[in-house]
Amino acid sequence: MIALILRDLRLAIRAGGGFGQGLAFLLILATLIPLAVGPRADLLAPVAPGVLWLGALLASLLSLDRVFALDLEDGSLDLLATSPVPAEGVALAKAAAHWLTTGLPLTLAAPALGPLLSLPASALPWLALSLLLGTPALSFIGTFGAGLTVGLKRGSLLLSLLVLPLYIPTLVFGAELARRGATGLPLLTPLALSGGITLGCIAVLPFATAAVLRVNLR
Amino acid sequence: MTARRSIWDLANPRRFMGWSGAALPWAWTLATLLSATGLTWGLFFTPEDFRMGHSVKIIYVHVPSAFLAINAWMMMLVASLIWLVRRHHVSALAARAAAPVGLVMTAVALATGAIWGKPMWGTYWAFDPRLTSFLILFLFYLGYVALWQAIENPDAAADLTSILCLVGSVFALLSRYAAQFWSQGLHQGASLSLDAQENISDVFWFPLVLTMAGFVALFVALVLLRTRTHIRRRRLHSLSLKARLA
Repeated sequence: MIALILRDLRLAIRAGGGFGQGLAFLLILATLIPLAVGPRADLLAPVAPGVLWLGALLASLLSLDRVFALDLEDGSLDLLATSPVPAEGVALAKAAAHWLTTGLPLTLAAPALGPLLSLPASALPWLALSLLLGTPALSFIGTFGAGLTVGLKRGSLLLSLLVLPLYIPTLVFGAELARRGATGLPLLTPLALSGGITLGCIAVLPFATAAVLRVNLR
Repeated sequence: MTARRSIWDLANPRRFMGWSGAALPWAWTLATLLSATGLTWGLFFTPEDFRMGHSVKIIYVHVPSAFLAINAWMMMLVASLIWLVRRHHVSALAARAAAPVGLVMTAVALATGAIWGKPMWGTYWAFDPRLTSFLILFLFYLGYVALWQAIENPDAAADLTSILCLVGSVFALLSRYAAQFWSQGLHQGASLSLDAQENISDVFWFPLVLTMAGFVALFVALVLLRTRTHIRRRRLHSLSLKARLA
């Protein structure tokens, strides 16, 4: 499993893996929002945590279609299915690798983009914490969605239709945590809930992902 | 030797076609009678509410459709579980048949709610927890229906949509509580519970229950009809495959 994670990381970082594309997407979004809304700080600051959360969510979504699709094309997914690692382990490793290549860089980069959206410096640690807690759930849910649509031609639009509703609880609690952190409100409830959702996703969704992979590979 | 009879025999496609064909006219009759009586009674022979005036009458469409929007998803969940555990094809097809009906019921509940909301709350839409949950439920229905349409292999489609239904149910429930956490309510609480202190008065209650029963019968009739259509379509498909091979 660790070998599988390392392999996915190497594939992502080396040529054509699209490692930095999620980050570039977030940067472009953070540039375009002020251009669309106007440069006034009093307009941008209240929506900044939500916008950055939405950007991270979409960047995570956009990189999903390559989680299983390339492995299905070159046949390595069939090899993985017959390997001694159970399908649940494959699902877990794939989701972990996806998080390490998208969720973690986004978590580290989003606070750096805060000033672009007039987010006060005191809010940045909370934004980073909320993304750190929330993005693993996005990767695990997304891996499930990628497994559902892996056999389909032109599945990427369907993938977003399936995955985005599943992202709602994570987005609500994550953005709420960042918002409350920015305004200094009590934040124990969203903190506990977004951590709970992430842990629940990590515990349960690999089994669902493995089940859909088995269906798609039979 | 005769097999022991059990309720699962009814899920044999041939048996199902038999009994559902017999039950369908009854379901249609019941649906027509109950909703016609309930709607006529409710719309023309009940007094106006002292605060809401005439607009209270939209309740006779709004509440039954909202009730079915949720329970259609419940039915799909149960049918998906039966398919995953016992592999009855009729069960998977029934879940498939119920989804568009539930989708339309959710849309009707949202639309009538918006029409009712304008005179009462002064707005068509507010991000109230209940309204938001229904909108999210609508999105879940859309995804489920789209997944059924996208996959060609019928067994794989049944498996994948069933798993999506199970996972989606958990997330739909989570989203409901997330929406409650995220905004304050404008919608009133439940006013039809059997144990509540304050329910709507009997004048409105009896026609409403009739209409709800009528909508349930309508749902049963539509699901039976659509399931039969799917079974026939699958038979036709296998017949045409056979003809091509011969």
